[in-house]
Amino acid sequence: MTKKQKKMLKRIIATTLIFLAVVLLEHFGPTIWLVNPIPFLTESRQVPPGEAGYVLSLWPLYLIPYLLIGYDILTKALRNIARGQVFDENFLMAIATVGALAIGEFPEAVFVMLFYQVGEFFQGWAVGKSRQSIAALMDIRPEFANVERNGEVEEVDPEEVAVGEIILIKPGERVPLDGVVIEGNSTLNTAALTGESLPRDIAVGDDVISGCVNLTGVLRVRTTKEYDDSTVAKILDLVENSTAKKSQSEQFITRFARWYTPAVVVAAAVVAIVPSLITGEWAKWVEQACIFLVISCPCALVISVPLTFFGGIGGASRAGILVKGSNYLEALAKTEVVVFDKTGTLTQGVFQVTAVHPVSGEEGELLEKAALAEQYSNHPIARSLRDAWGRELDESRVADVEEIAGRGIKATVDGVTLYVGNDKLMNDVEAKWEACEYTGTTIHLAKAGEYLGHIVISDQVKPDAKEAIAALKRAGVKKTVMLTGDAKAVGEAVGRELGLDQVHAQLLPADKVDRVEQLLEQKSPKATLAFVGDGINDAPVLSRSDVGIAMGALGSDAAIEAADVVLMDDKPSKIAQAISIARKTIAIANQNIYFALGVKAIILVMGAMGKANMWAGAFSDVGVMVIAVANATRALKAK
Amino acid sequence: MKKKFGIEVDCANCARKVEEAINKVEGVTATVNFMQQKLIVEAPDDRFDALMDEVVKAAKKAEPDCEIAL
Repeated sequence: MTKKQKKMLKRIIATTLIFLAVVLLEHFGPTIWLVNPIPFLTESRQVPPGEAGYVLSLWPLYLIPYLLIGYDILTKALRNIARGQVFDENFLMAIATVGALAIGEFPEAVFVMLFYQVGEFFQGWAVGKSRQSIAALMDIRPEFANVERNGEVEEVDPEEVAVGEIILIKPGERVPLDGVVIEGNSTLNTAALTGESLPRDIAVGDDVISGCVNLTGVLRVRTTKEYDDSTVAKILDLVENSTAKKSQSEQFITRFARWYTPAVVVAAAVVAIVPSLITGEWAKWVEQACIFLVISCPCALVISVPLTFFGGIGGASRAGILVKGSNYLEALAKTEVVVFDKTGTLTQGVFQVTAVHPVSGEEGELLEKAALAEQYSNHPIARSLRDAWGRELDESRVADVEEIAGRGIKATVDGVTLYVGNDKLMNDVEAKWEACEYTGTTIHLAKAGEYLGHIVISDQVKPDAKEAIAALKRAGVKKTVMLTGDAKAVGEAVGRELGLDQVHAQLLPADKVDRVEQLLEQKSPKATLAFVGDGINDAPVLSRSDVGIAMGALGSDAAIEAADVVLMDDKPSKIAQAISIARKTIAIANQNIYFALGVKAIILVMGAMGKANMWAGAFSDVGVMVIAVANATRALKAK
Repeated sequence: MKKKFGIEVDCANCARKVEEAINKVEGVTATVNFMQQKLIVEAPDDRFDALMDEVVKAAKKAEPDCEIAL
């Protein structure tokens, strides 16, 4: 509880006690009879003949609890009136309670004010609590860094550490700054950043990313970035700024709140005057008008919608999905078309040997020959051949390596001349090559006129890519499209394997923008199109689409900058999860809007008919607010 | 220049009012984040401090209960 709240609690308790005492005194205390009337302080009673006819009224006593609980409201109301800025809840409470006092409803005046303050207190406390619990979950800020300076270890604020200094990270501590390990082995828990509690092994020479938690060993790390440029600062900045980009429902509520209060005040005035003129029951209708004024505070609405979005963004960030604004959460929920980049998004972007087909003999033998022949080449294909073989290569077995541009390599391995390369090379040496049924890049091997077999290298589809597409379909995404610069056959094979609806292959980067524009025209007007890329060369497409999603952002600033939604790891299955979190958040926000407006509308109508009481009014203000806040915190747990 | 300050506001509606008031200060763009109790102010570097005084004044005027931690 804050200081303010503690003070308020004391005021509430004191007021309640005094108020009860006054009520008891009025009902059970002695009646003081007077002979002569005192203006405003006495009332005449039907008395037995011969006795005094006036009773001392105790109403001034009610002013004590009234002023105790309401002085701040009254002064604020007066100040607002002086500045010509009326129509806020203070003004309304002042009018309502002063109105009640004026018609002689003294206990009601105190009660309404007390109830309002209890409501405010409870509201502040409940909102503060849920605000803090959400904020705490998102707080991955490292509190200190252990820096080695002049041979000693000092504990300092991460912001004070310069680039190139040596920091010490003990087990259980959070990595405070991005850097490179210079001593020690450990495992890091990246859960705070990616939502996956998969530990990552770290050794000398590896990069460590701030925000991860060191689990097992002590690490000495040389910092490579200042705190402000470190991953954790970037992420925190992004989450903090995310509420600045408001969703349509938030904007609606803000606009609504501006008109709601004055409208209800005018309605209250109408309710107080019109029926009273007709029926003459002033007391009854003024009370109904006061109920209007209690309902008129828009706080339940104003708080519950942004709190829901805040919870949704918080819940998503815990799952390793950073959403840069409530508006993107809203757009994500309406996704109809998802466009993927192929390499690095649906596929791993790493070329691997997927098939080895020797004409005769062992697969390993063919692979070894290819790896030996390609051992000096820097070409990515050569590298994947060597990786697939995976053992030491004996340089002495290879001689006379000759690279044939656009064809492949000619080399002498174990005294035999080998040709390793594409179909053109095979045609050149007149070897009878065969095409492979696998899609990818095929490397043929031949020795003087004899075909030995081939090896297929391809970019591998990510293990969860197929499931990711299926999950998107289940989530109601109508069209999944893949764009790729690769050959048609390769692209279509991947598309078939994953069950994508459309594949556009052989595209240049500029073509990708054109394709996305075409798809934007085809989709239904209210739905949105999301583009998923790795954030490296697709900045124009990311910004052109309704929602740009970049993945594999851990350690990549470019991706964090370019996209609207950032997936910290590179799992495409997170996209469906992001959409589902977004939908749940929007659903909860809508529930809150309809619920709060609905209850208020019902009670306003009842009030206008003269059927509402103060309890109903208080419920529609405080009760609705509490329920809406409780509902909003569910967004944090959306999966 | 963009700077972050702590701000104590009691309710979302007050935060909205304070935000509107601060944005009326000339040359200043501001966001009041009620959830995080943060005020983010963007203003020209050379006049930042002077404008910040006005920002505090505007905020206090709109909502006397709010506290800005400078």
